[in-house]
Amino acid sequence: MSPTDPRAELRFDGTPVPFVPGQSIGAALMANGISSWRTTRVEGRPRGLFCGIGVCFDCLVTVDGQRSQRACVTPAHPGQDVRSADPSTPLPLPGAADE
Amino acid sequence: MSDPTVGVAERQVDLAVVGAGPAGLSAAVVAAENGLTVALVDASPQAGGQYWRHPDERHLDSYARPESTGHHHWPHFRDLRTRLSRAVDAGRVLHLAGRQVWQVLRPEGAPFALRMTPTAGRDASAPADRVVHADRLVIATGAYDRQLPVPGWTLPGVMAAGGVQALYKANQVVAGRRAVVAGTGPFLLSVAAGLADAGVEVVAVCEANALSRWAATPLRATQEPGKLLEGVGYARTFLRDRIPYRTRTIVTEVRGRGRAESVVTARVDGAGRVRPGTERELEADLVAFGWGFTPQLELAVNLGLDTRIDVDESLVVRVDDAQRTSLPGVYAAGETTGIGGAVQSCAEGELAALTAVADAAATAPAERSRRLARRIRRGRRFAIGMHRASPVPRAWSDWVRPDTIVCRCEEVDAAAIAETVTGLDADDPRDVRVTARPGMGWCQGRVCGFAVSKLTAEHSGCAWTREQLEPLQKRPIGVPLRLSDVAELDIEGRITP
Repeated sequence: MSPTDPRAELRFDGTPVPFVPGQSIGAALMANGISSWRTTRVEGRPRGLFCGIGVCFDCLVTVDGQRSQRACVTPAHPGQDVRSADPSTPLPLPGAADE
Repeated sequence: MSDPTVGVAERQVDLAVVGAGPAGLSAAVVAAENGLTVALVDASPQAGGQYWRHPDERHLDSYARPESTGHHHWPHFRDLRTRLSRAVDAGRVLHLAGRQVWQVLRPEGAPFALRMTPTAGRDASAPADRVVHADRLVIATGAYDRQLPVPGWTLPGVMAAGGVQALYKANQVVAGRRAVVAGTGPFLLSVAAGLADAGVEVVAVCEANALSRWAATPLRATQEPGKLLEGVGYARTFLRDRIPYRTRTIVTEVRGRGRAESVVTARVDGAGRVRPGTERELEADLVAFGWGFTPQLELAVNLGLDTRIDVDESLVVRVDDAQRTSLPGVYAAGETTGIGGAVQSCAEGELAALTAVADAAATAPAERSRRLARRIRRGRRFAIGMHRASPVPRAWSDWVRPDTIVCRCEEVDAAAIAETVTGLDADDPRDVRVTARPGMGWCQGRVCGFAVSKLTAEHSGCAWTREQLEPLQKRPIGVPLRLSDVAELDIEGRITP
């Protein structure tokens, strides 16, 4: 719908994803054909944007190492490292980083 | 526009307004213009709320349609925005953007304390600095799409109707190529028309109710000529783009592997019962559902404000004819007092501000307040007609199968809820919540709360009362926040320096 600035690009699980400055991470992913980016804890089902306005928490991603960020309300930034890591995965124990 | 990464010093103001949509924005501007110092706290980086959502104002050059994508009353927003920046520049309004209030404290004899957390990412300021103290408070937290579970509604490609609209309004991104818009109420028209304008093929708009329901309240509809004109505009778009508008039609199932690929629609009778043999399968990669709206009441319920059940069966804040709630110094405006639309919200926000000004013993124009009160009463009459024309069908739970997921977060299905009520004797929604755990996940029942309450009422035979609904709205921590923020609170609930 709008011209894409080729300089604005984030990384999603290591793959470059272009976006228009001012868009949310969720919008950037959707605009690039990515409709789901996490799986549920119990049944492992795919989830992406649902409420789109910060209410439902279906669209959680890890952004630059910060877990459980809502893709729909988190602004996209150039060079951002977005990961689809499941928010229910336990955090590593302190001191276990080398294992 | 303030940067959420910049620290917030502890502030003391006359009035705090939560939410910068039509109601909150109007309240903040009018209060400031009438002499109060104001803090306007809002989850979004820029003012406008869900109704006036628009591309990031710092990057408008990047968008095909700068600012307004099919917005109604856009000039009114521009006027409010100008007045807001004037008030901010004059130091009368502190615009705290990109922050959500997670708790409001009311220490005896002291001002309200609003604790905030950043909407996204981290905040450079310490938790102790993320607090605003205010003598008075306007709750203008708005609403979000009300949802009903249906088989397949958890598939990616299925979205809340408002979310679909937010995506194209603010990001100019469409969530699919072939869309079905379903549920009830005039908002579906707005979403479908917006998608069509954006080049999406809208293969069906499924309205569960008959349009003849509007005819039952013709006087109410004509109370708001502006709304009728909006309707005419949508009809023109529908004709131009040949959008099929089907009344008494619902989506009974979304199908697909990994994402939505098709929907099954069916005709229903006046109660919402499927008429056998009317099922049709339509290809669609985007399904937008909207069953009216749910007011966002965390702060209101936690403050203990009196509530009531509105005509659309939503729990709303009870206000008097000057927007005062049951708690002195607290006012509510906009969708939290009953879904009524943006024009109504602006009027309520403005009146709430004028009442706060008067209560603060400053001078407020009385004639303007009386005019606003009349305007609001008229808008409420229209809203009642709208709600009566677009109810959630009585038989909607027939569409739910035992294995249909009701709570998206905790993946609780309809059978588990039924078993909890009939087998384990849980007899109210809170019992069901703590036993089967619907509404206990990330969203805390914001999405499934209505359905869980409805299913519980149906299985248990309990009445639909505010006492039944409030427990599901009670979220002492209004939005999720970092554990470290809580860790810094001392046992009396104050923030340790």
